[in-house]
Amino acid sequence: MPVLTVASGKGGTGKTTVSLALAESLGEEVVFLDADVEEPNAHLFLKPDLEEEVPLFRTVPRVVEERCSFCGRCKEICRFNAMVVLPGTVLCFPELCHGCYGCFEVCEERALEEEKIPLGRLRTGRKGKVFLAYGMLEIGEAMASPLIKELKKRYLVPEKPVIIDCPPGTACPTLNAVRGADFCLLVTEPTPFGLHDLEQAAKAVKTLGVKAGVVINRADQPFPPLYDFLARERLPLLLEIPFSKEVAQAYAQAEGLLAVFPALKAAFQNLWQKIFL
Amino acid sequence: MKELVILSGKGGTGKTTVCAGLAALLSGPKVLVDADVEAANLALVLEARVKKRESFWAGYAPHKNEDRCSGCGTCREKCRFEAVREDLTIDPFLCEGCGVCAWFCPEGAIEMREKEVGQLFVSETPYGPLVHAEILPGEENSGKLVAEVKKRARDLAPAASFLLVDGPPGIGCPVIASLSGADAVLVVAEPTAAGLHDLGRLVALLHHFKLPGYLVVNKADLNPEITEKLLAYPGLSPLGELPFDEAVACALRKLRPLPLVSNGPAAQALKALALKVQKNILGGLT
Repeated sequence: MPVLTVASGKGGTGKTTVSLALAESLGEEVVFLDADVEEPNAHLFLKPDLEEEVPLFRTVPRVVEERCSFCGRCKEICRFNAMVVLPGTVLCFPELCHGCYGCFEVCEERALEEEKIPLGRLRTGRKGKVFLAYGMLEIGEAMASPLIKELKKRYLVPEKPVIIDCPPGTACPTLNAVRGADFCLLVTEPTPFGLHDLEQAAKAVKTLGVKAGVVINRADQPFPPLYDFLARERLPLLLEIPFSKEVAQAYAQAEGLLAVFPALKAAFQNLWQKIFL
Repeated sequence: MKELVILSGKGGTGKTTVCAGLAALLSGPKVLVDADVEAANLALVLEARVKKRESFWAGYAPHKNEDRCSGCGTCREKCRFEAVREDLTIDPFLCEGCGVCAWFCPEGAIEMREKEVGQLFVSETPYGPLVHAEILPGEENSGKLVAEVKKRARDLAPAASFLLVDGPPGIGCPVIASLSGADAVLVVAEPTAAGLHDLGRLVALLHHFKLPGYLVVNKADLNPEITEKLLAYPGLSPLGELPFDEAVACALRKLRPLPLVSNGPAAQALKALALKVQKNILGGLT
């Protein structure tokens, strides 16, 4: 079954709004992954019954100084500067550690032990035909990508259509979310910022070889350079959603687009057909 | 030098609008920084002219010499990121650049080379110098690029009274990098359920790093009830509200800071905010 990702360079363009409207208009069982693990919001709108919460950890080294010969090999192999070896002491900086296990591999004295530190948690829930899974990055934890990878590993199933609401941006977390998908829907707004960030996002998605199309949100005033860009890059414009203060007000109260504009359901069904049929 | 970082947790709440407005309104010498290297927009709205542009290199990528490879598979066995495929080619998207494959390759067939992460720019604007950057698509070192952008900004004008930093969305790597060296954080929040939820996570992060946070609520009249909750949020000092105003979108389309093209309600509120920032934040820091 298809995997659709919804991304954008710029934040706040309407990724969650579009993802949820799509999921709700499908009319069949769908898996919804909220991969914005830094600031997940889909659950606020979906209000699912919580099913499961899984705490996740990552492994960093801890030095047992009694066994350490202070040879400095752990420092030598670490390309992330997470190990500092001083005469008589070794310091580990877990916030710099990527978990490559290089230090464990080279320590001849077996002076390193595995320490688990919290990475975040995964939660799942269900509302109607939508199964939701989302990640919550631990506060102060820098690396979102391992949590996103784990979210996809556990809950991306081949039997059902999957919609992935991606984090904003164009770097590693976004591409980890988009990677492997059948299609990427880029949500933008008709402003110079929206266009600039769409250009960046489109470039990033292209490097993955994932096909992309565009949804313009808050399309109240046409912004010609945006259409020029779409034509130049041959990016299909799949849907335009009009600006409405009612939608903004409903959004404020965690109500989705279809609650205000039930008539848009057909447009989203159509959107899915355009992409996958 | 003092540093004020503008953050939001949730994206699209108006960080850049507020930052551009403050850049135009705050008096005193300053260096401007766009720390959102994935979707950098501050240069667009500040009429920036690029003076200097250079590549930023950080981290490493493996380069394999196929002639030397014996096909033993040690690299695949040692890689914790599943970045070595079955045919022993390396998937650049999964590779973290740890170099464990190169270290253990018995033939020495893998060499780790520094890689380009993005472009860094130093620009001139009517409001002071601006340091900004653009990360290459899919790069994982956005935090390092953010740290470099901030370092350049500090080097540029050590005597400047303050650094005004437009931050990235979220609470992860790039945000944490933007907070290093910060003296205070101005949070731009919107009165929505999502905005309130995301504010909570950002406030927890500021608390984690023991940084003082100030709050401005954008589009405050969209939902007065949630605006109340935002303004009363524990751990933040509220500095004001910006009303919904068509002039904001208009200024954005013209690519000008709001107070230069409007004297409407949002521009007025931004001026009041600038006074408070000057007095409560920047004044308090010196």
